[in-house]
Amino acid sequence: MKISGARIIAECLLEQGVDTVFGYPGVSIIRVYDELYKKRGKIRHILTAHEQGAAHAADGYARATGRVGVCLATSGPGATNLITGIAAAFMDSSPVVFITCNVDEALLGRDAFQEVDITGISMPITKCSYLVRSAGELAGTIREAFALASRGRPGPVLVDVTYNATAERAEYEFLPKEEHFRQGRSERLTRRGEMALTQPGTDERDVKTLADMLRSSERPLIMAGGGVIRSAGAAEELRRICRGHGIPAVSTMMGLGAMPSDDGMFFGMAGMYGSPDANRAVRECDLLIAVGVRFSDRVTGDIGGFAPGARIAHVDIDRAEIDKNVLTAHHIVGDAGTVLGMLSAELEGYRAAPWMKKSGERKLCAPERIIKTVEKLAPGAVIVTDVGQHQLWACRTFGFSRPGQLLTSGGFGAMGFGLGAAIGAKAGVRDAAVIHITGDGSFRMNCPELATEARYGLDIISVIMDNSSLGLVRQKQAAEFGGRFYQTELAGGPDFVLLARAYGLRGERAENESEFESLLSDMLRSGKGGIIDCITDKDEMI
Amino acid sequence: MSSSAKMTRQTLSVLVENSAGVLSQVTRLFSRKGYNIESLAVGTTDDARVSRITVILQGTDRMAEQIAAQLNKLMPVISVQILTGKKAIYREFVMLKVKADGKDARDEIMQIVNVFRAAVVDISRSSLMIAVTGDEEKTEAFIRLMSDFGLIEIARTGLIAMERGDGSIRDLSKDRAEYELGKSI
Repeated sequence: MKISGARIIAECLLEQGVDTVFGYPGVSIIRVYDELYKKRGKIRHILTAHEQGAAHAADGYARATGRVGVCLATSGPGATNLITGIAAAFMDSSPVVFITCNVDEALLGRDAFQEVDITGISMPITKCSYLVRSAGELAGTIREAFALASRGRPGPVLVDVTYNATAERAEYEFLPKEEHFRQGRSERLTRRGEMALTQPGTDERDVKTLADMLRSSERPLIMAGGGVIRSAGAAEELRRICRGHGIPAVSTMMGLGAMPSDDGMFFGMAGMYGSPDANRAVRECDLLIAVGVRFSDRVTGDIGGFAPGARIAHVDIDRAEIDKNVLTAHHIVGDAGTVLGMLSAELEGYRAAPWMKKSGERKLCAPERIIKTVEKLAPGAVIVTDVGQHQLWACRTFGFSRPGQLLTSGGFGAMGFGLGAAIGAKAGVRDAAVIHITGDGSFRMNCPELATEARYGLDIISVIMDNSSLGLVRQKQAAEFGGRFYQTELAGGPDFVLLARAYGLRGERAENESEFESLLSDMLRSGKGGIIDCITDKDEMI
Repeated sequence: MSSSAKMTRQTLSVLVENSAGVLSQVTRLFSRKGYNIESLAVGTTDDARVSRITVILQGTDRMAEQIAAQLNKLMPVISVQILTGKKAIYREFVMLKVKADGKDARDEIMQIVNVFRAAVVDISRSSLMIAVTGDEEKTEAFIRLMSDFGLIEIARTGLIAMERGDGSIRDLSKDRAEYELGKSI
């Protein structure tokens, strides 16, 4: 049947089983919104206050649910407002499909009103960006975009559609998701593959080599990254290997939750702001098996001094990560869950001699005690952070117990990520408590999204570590720039309690830890969202 | 310094789908890493929907492997081949316009043209246009000799290259499992 391009977009979203989208309308994308109006019973559209919020929300939705997030925006500024959100999703391998509409094809390249080359701008921060100029290409492109976003190493994909393509009518036929690779460009790609000579899948011999390396090492260590979180079943396999064979594990920030924090074989987060135990393990191990990590500079520090005594074996789904930052002795290109499963089978009867011991409990600073209180009162909550000191305190103090429990902008470090991502997470997993841990600096960046939270009844508790400053930058000014604090003091910012109330949400202030505890437990009991403004000392450092 | 850390001339052959923006996607990867492209040649293949890009750069083996892995992740890239030294044949096509004011100069240029098996493709009262094909050594030598007469202008295609033997760059294409798993994309 022949239908409009706009309707093809809506139908393609239904093919994918999409029931929630985040976005912001505009004139170029107006026809798509008209089709979504007709499908409003099947697809819920969440209108944010700003496109950046929508981008982070779709990202947060994807991270919390494991499904592909969808975000819509109009041409020009609508599209460019997405950029920080796209980059955050890209750096943390989060599957999101962004659909933007552009001006009429005849006006492309003429600097028309609200025209921008968004496919060009987004090229380095997406797995692929498409410009669709006619309705006939739409279905194939959108199907391909979803396949690309979710398969392999997940990541964002952008589809830009010209105004005329949303109006034009083209032949469309419903195609179940599993048939998608049989048509259009996907079909060509698949056929291209069938002519190829190389064998698919992970080579068993490579896994055997890894097992042999393990058997011959004295101080083996597994480092789990975001790949273990993204790969279905990988965390279970990792836990089985560590517990069953006595191999200690550490994680990167993105890998938190792969191992339960209280597990006897887990030694915490490694890297610049990691735990002393984890960094000691990395320093002393003689074999480092890195699974789904990309050896970010925040993890390795100076590359030359990273894991100085260790041979490094790298397991990653992305071939381009191998030997990118760290030269490895052995590597396996494959899905983390699959490879760990194969390794587990290969290790029958092996048990590593214990070599790591946990050091005693660390003394917590005041902000960390707030995090511990959150953990005590809501151990199963989804924790969403922004970026800064509060993020690092949360990551190293909260006891994460499952993959997907922590949503944080680890790679890109985008301040303002938190509230948007929390909205997406809450929209995706309605029954879990979502706690947004933030700082006053980060919160100010996207706080208009409180309107979104209120409008859709997405009950998020925002815990603001309010030290009236940009703590992490300020701390660097204290340590390395002679205490010349410049542009890092945020005094005179809004009263967050009144701000929350202005949006019709509950706003509370906690001057001390016991006040915080009673406020949080009351909020959790009520099930209603809001903010708790926790006054903290600006000289607390991480 | 080990041999893999030595800067040498690296040649990458890239087979790409002929889609909009593909050239900028490919070249962007080089500029982002700060690799300087020495030469770049693009042309279609026997299949009009497929183009072949030849990129030459100075770099280590590791740099070439990294860039090949990154190139493989791009959707429109069909296959990538790193060509090394003697295992491949390299050719370049050069057109140059050179001053030839009198009969003596013209005769001398013609002699050199014959030695190099180049061709005079246009002639005027005071200049010659010459086309020459060869590997880099030959074209460079020819250009050096011609510059003695005074070069008016020069246009080079950049090197293109192909591996010796029966193999095809298509043998390296991403397989279906990789599409299914998205390993390379």
